[in-house]
Amino acid sequence: MGEGQYRLGEEAVERVNALDNDAVAAVEGDDEDAFHVAFEQLLELIRTEGEHLHDDDLEASDVIVPPADITFVEAAKDFTGDGLIPD
Amino acid sequence: MAGMAGRMSTVVKSKISRLLDRAEDPGETLDYSYQKQLESLQNVKKGIADVVTAKKRLGMQASKLEQSVVKLDTQARQAMSAGNEELARTALERKQLAQTELQGLDQQVAELQSQQEKLTESEKRLRSKIEAFRTKKEVIKAQYSAADAQVRISEAATGVGEEMADVGLAMQRAVDKTEDMRARASAVEELEAAGTFEDLTQLGSGSDDIDRELAEIGAGGAVDDELAKLKSELGTGSAAPQGELESGGEQK
Repeated sequence: MGEGQYRLGEEAVERVNALDNDAVAAVEGDDEDAFHVAFEQLLELIRTEGEHLHDDDLEASDVIVPPADITFVEAAKDFTGDGLIPD
Repeated sequence: MAGMAGRMSTVVKSKISRLLDRAEDPGETLDYSYQKQLESLQNVKKGIADVVTAKKRLGMQASKLEQSVVKLDTQARQAMSAGNEELARTALERKQLAQTELQGLDQQVAELQSQQEKLTESEKRLRSKIEAFRTKKEVIKAQYSAADAQVRISEAATGVGEEMADVGLAMQRAVDKTEDMRARASAVEELEAAGTFEDLTQLGSGSDDIDRELAEIGAGGAVDDELAKLKSELGTGSAAPQGELESGGEQK
């Protein structure tokens, strides 16, 4: 998302995954509004529940989240199948 | 399988592991990797400079257009008080055109501004990561023990690599946006070159190509409104034979 790295607890990951699946469903259903709702909730969840890592922390990410200003067309490439997080 | 974003991280990881496999001496790999990172950082800085340049250029065009709007408005008033409604209309039509362009430009400048801020933020983060990598590589070199070093190198390099991929993606988006804006900027320049926003006094009576262009813009309604407003503002004291003007006279 271009905002650095966050560390998430297991429970938060599950909620993110649910929203991730919602986003995929919205993309598949060609429902742009629903996608933006789900994606914004997903970002908000990461920002609020996640622990923001220091800029000089060197850790590999499990998942890379697309930027907040993603367009629906771009989203169609990212949110397919299982979405960002494999189920 | 995960989507595009997941693939991106996989690509980053595999690139890095290939890099690590190739080198026999991890110390060399680390130094090489660090050099590459610094090069990428330079590219990001160059990219930001490009965005800033594009923004400045659009800003300059916007201020030129603002001047045109003021000038055309004055000219419309002058024409109206001199009783030349045709000329006033032409001036207002051009003013509409300039205003429409101006709105587009302002929005684009704002967009570029936010892109620039995001990129600057990313660049700062990337710099921190690279700095952390520099420190870490010296530590790893000092306490080198084959297996352990490989793991730590890989982890450290992946952290930087992902940030780089992230910034790279943001860069690409900014470049795409900037390209769009360049096209728009040259379109506005062409309009300027064609005299679309120019001083009316420099023109002959009726230049057909401009009239046609203006008709295409379809700003007619707005122009009529403004014309009517001007009429009422000026009280339409001057001699004007058209019936339309009587309604203008009926104002409170």
